[in-house]
Amino acid sequence: MFAYILKRLLYTIPTLFAISIMSFIIIQLPPGDYFSVLASKMAKESDTIANTAALEAMGARYGLNEPLYVQYWKWISGIVLRGDFGQSFEYNRPVSVLLWDRLGLTFLLSFSTLIFVWAVSFPIGIYSAVRKYSIGDYLGTFIGFVGLAIPNFLMALVLMYVSFKYFGRSVGGLFSPEFVNAEWSWARLMDFLAHLWIPVIVLGTAGTAGLIRIMRANMLDEIYKPYVVTARAKGLSEIRLLFKYPVRVALNPFISTVGWVLPELVSGATITAIVLSLPTTGPLLLRSLISQDMYLAGSFIMMLSVLTVLGTLISDILLAWLDPRIRFK
Amino acid sequence: MHDTTPLIEVNGLQTQFFTDEGVVRSVEGVDFTIPAGKTLCVVGESGSGKSVTARSILRIENPGRIVGGEILYHKDGEVIDLARIGPKTRQIRQIRGRDIAMIFQEPMSALSPVHTIGDQIVEALTLHFPISKDEAKRRAIEVLGRVGIPKAADRFGAYTFELSGGMRQRVCIAMALSCEPRLLIADEPTTALDVTTQANILDLIADLQKETGMAVMFITHDLGVVAEIADEVAVMYLGQVMERGDVDSIFHDPKHPYTRALLDSIPRLGQRGAHRLASIRGMVPHPFDRPSGCPFHTRCDSYMPGRCNRIDPPAVSFGPGREAKCLLHTKEEGVA
Amino acid sequence: MTPTKTTSDVTDSRDAGLAIPADDPPTSRRHDDRDIDRADDLPVANEDRTVLVAGQWKLIWWKFRKHKLAMLGGIITLFIYFVAVFVEILAPFPPDQYNSTYPYAPPQSLHLGQVEGEFGLYVNGYAVSFDPETLARTFVIDEEVRHPVSLFAKGAPYRLWGLIPMERHLIAPDDPSHPMYLLGADRLGRDMLSRLIHGTRISMSIGLIGVAISLFLGVLLGGISGYYGGATDNLIQRVIEFLNSIPKIPLWMGLAAAIPLSLPPLHVYFLITLILSLIGWTGLARVVRGRFFSLKTEDFVTAARLDGNSELRIIMRHMVPSFTSHIIASISLAIPSMILAETSLSFLGIGLRPPVVSWGVLLEEAQNVRSIAQAPWLFWPGAAVVVAVLAMNFLGDGLRDAADPYA
Repeated sequence: MFAYILKRLLYTIPTLFAISIMSFIIIQLPPGDYFSVLASKMAKESDTIANTAALEAMGARYGLNEPLYVQYWKWISGIVLRGDFGQSFEYNRPVSVLLWDRLGLTFLLSFSTLIFVWAVSFPIGIYSAVRKYSIGDYLGTFIGFVGLAIPNFLMALVLMYVSFKYFGRSVGGLFSPEFVNAEWSWARLMDFLAHLWIPVIVLGTAGTAGLIRIMRANMLDEIYKPYVVTARAKGLSEIRLLFKYPVRVALNPFISTVGWVLPELVSGATITAIVLSLPTTGPLLLRSLISQDMYLAGSFIMMLSVLTVLGTLISDILLAWLDPRIRFK
Repeated sequence: MHDTTPLIEVNGLQTQFFTDEGVVRSVEGVDFTIPAGKTLCVVGESGSGKSVTARSILRIENPGRIVGGEILYHKDGEVIDLARIGPKTRQIRQIRGRDIAMIFQEPMSALSPVHTIGDQIVEALTLHFPISKDEAKRRAIEVLGRVGIPKAADRFGAYTFELSGGMRQRVCIAMALSCEPRLLIADEPTTALDVTTQANILDLIADLQKETGMAVMFITHDLGVVAEIADEVAVMYLGQVMERGDVDSIFHDPKHPYTRALLDSIPRLGQRGAHRLASIRGMVPHPFDRPSGCPFHTRCDSYMPGRCNRIDPPAVSFGPGREAKCLLHTKEEGVA
Repeated sequence: MTPTKTTSDVTDSRDAGLAIPADDPPTSRRHDDRDIDRADDLPVANEDRTVLVAGQWKLIWWKFRKHKLAMLGGIITLFIYFVAVFVEILAPFPPDQYNSTYPYAPPQSLHLGQVEGEFGLYVNGYAVSFDPETLARTFVIDEEVRHPVSLFAKGAPYRLWGLIPMERHLIAPDDPSHPMYLLGADRLGRDMLSRLIHGTRISMSIGLIGVAISLFLGVLLGGISGYYGGATDNLIQRVIEFLNSIPKIPLWMGLAAAIPLSLPPLHVYFLITLILSLIGWTGLARVVRGRFFSLKTEDFVTAARLDGNSELRIIMRHMVPSFTSHIIASISLAIPSMILAETSLSFLGIGLRPPVVSWGVLLEEAQNVRSIAQAPWLFWPGAAVVVAVLAMNFLGDGLRDAADPYA
């Protein structure tokens, strides 16, 4: 088990490295470098002498006149060693100040949705497999397909439209106005949960649909397996049999779906947040991309990816703990 | 030969599968008796309905359905018709595993991959006996030892993927024997194993039978195995028992052309290389087009046109428990 | 994006002791001589002469035909591609033809009756009322006014596929100055129906081209990975894992945002397609690799090799034909996810940009909750996306089930 965790951790390192390279490339992609954008922006403001000094300081800090690999090194070592993600010129504040709150909420939202997706699709998947070709099975499959076909942002739009048109209020945000800037408290948490369900449903539908199909297929793979017949021949009752054997075995591939469900949720959360104007990474990422505030945008993309990979890592370790076949290897 | 009391009597059993393409009559009127403490071997080619018959006895024939016949289980002077009990009832569940246990062909997949073998044996014990976990564990280790698993106490917590095929089949047998059943149904338990392991497992079953006095219903397509372990033999073809009787008369005085053909297809030591091994011509017909009359007539060397393809051969008795379904043994006018 | 279980479907089916899948194909156990001893657990399905001689594609077709939803999905998909091909004829107007008189005009319905003394098709005109306080214009259908419309009427001239000069439209008002908004108008008084039809071509072709590039990458890399195995396989697998472990939309956004605003629309179109497929090839690669792995140990491949066939010939003549059906099924599942991706990016304003018209670009107009409250018909492109994606998912699912006619 320990060896497995160690191996899994080692595997993560090149992935994290690749993510940082990718984010660095995205930062460098837009035509015209950050430095000149900053320079032209500062040039518009007064106090030229002070600015020139500031610009030179920045240039030295990011190695902007040096080769790319030096720039990369300065950038990544700043992040890893000092938690310095660079400067957002649009907000004129360090990126790290803008980053963590929104990342936190993004992952809170994604994990809440993950729990929701699992809680809903697990029983429905089992039911669909055990009562194969029943009305309930067909209904579940059909709703699942529809859920897969409706893009997140469209569902968010429709929900907004319905709530605006028929309830006369706009949905959106994760907090009521009075809690937006408040400290975390019981009341704020309750307010958060009251707002959370709409994005959770918007985000969760597609994943739920996919997982119902996976759980159903997993169960159909398992419930006819010889070991189930063996257990039945032992005299176990059908319900005990179902939960002790096929469900238990089908649980592992089900949990391992976190590997692709989590990236999709984080991915979907980005666009859903833009439509529902949630205070998560989505809207800020889009704005920073459009205004080419690249250190902010690149940091968002990198940290979203890093946290997703770490989330998958945790789930893999959890899975190993559940599945002796992995644990003993 | 038939001095012992019957444990299971199967009469006219019919089990069918209802599929989209039509009804498959897997078991089509099977009769046989399993005497207490003896071994009945059921032989037949693939598709003859051996396994479905066995599963029907335990009522795990799903997705098939028993549509006719009776399975009489003699329990302490009481007679229970298993074919009449619902397959999900408490009554049948108390018989499964406790009175009648079963082992399967594939020891690789017959055990759960994510539970320890100890857990799976203890489960059977605590299900049928009011005993504590510790007591169940003690008994489980004991039975693992009895089936020849070395260091049974250490293996108690092992997972199936840590064991070899032969060891897994031993675990299956241990699990089946843990509750000391009166009948062990073994559905081709050695087919998936290599030859040495096969012999070991056969010896093990024979030894355990001597020890416990249980009856064994052994399903196989290997006549060599039959010769080795059987007391009684039932030869099945397309869902029917073509011939049954004690092992000696089946091997030395086969009454049915199918039995004869099966026996001829066994390779023998000492035969000249030039001698071609006899095989039964043709293939087992598809269950959707069962031949009319005698199901074997399409492949039979003694086929009598106009009779075999028209008349369902009745069972002709040659003594207690000795029967064959073939028109060769009926008098022309005696046929109904 | 759509979960597939190809490998386990193939490997596990043999262990399914009592399984009798009700949707078993006619030849379920045809070449399964490994499982001789299990045949008596399993009632064998029908196997008449025609089945025995039917080719693989025929078997696939037979199995697919039984799948009602997949058939429906196939018909709808064909219809959508038909629309995409004959856009100029089917759309009443060019996509950018605006009419400032009719912003957000509601949809009219098509009537049959007396119009200008003749019997024919007509639409009603609009009555406009100004709200003096908000200065908002509201349109009401005016039952009194009838504008004649005709099938294959003359309208704005165009070149079909950029080649054939034509001016007939499937349906158009007889007098081009009369309003005809069968699906309503957008904020500039452009016809939603025409824009939706024009968007169909862009959205559907992005799906096709994107998948074509993905397919090339997927078959190439998946094939290399599956055929050579070892270190190459390991490397490619790590890349696939990497691409799958990171959230796609932020990455797409980052790449798409780098496309300069000054580029001509056609270049943007190809760059977006390229970005989508550079990240989207992994699914197809997995399928191809999986098939290669399972095929290269099959007896018929070994037999071909022992016969002295070259590796290329073995791949092209023996291996590829036996998984073409799987590839087709995977493609039909990959196209909808491409369409969804393009729609999402364009919706955010960093994918395709006007004047290019795609379903996503059209939906960008619907971003504001107030405009959709005023003009709910702006949702039509959304409905088109859902229908197209749903139809292709049904189709792909049916194809995937049918792809293994012996399974």
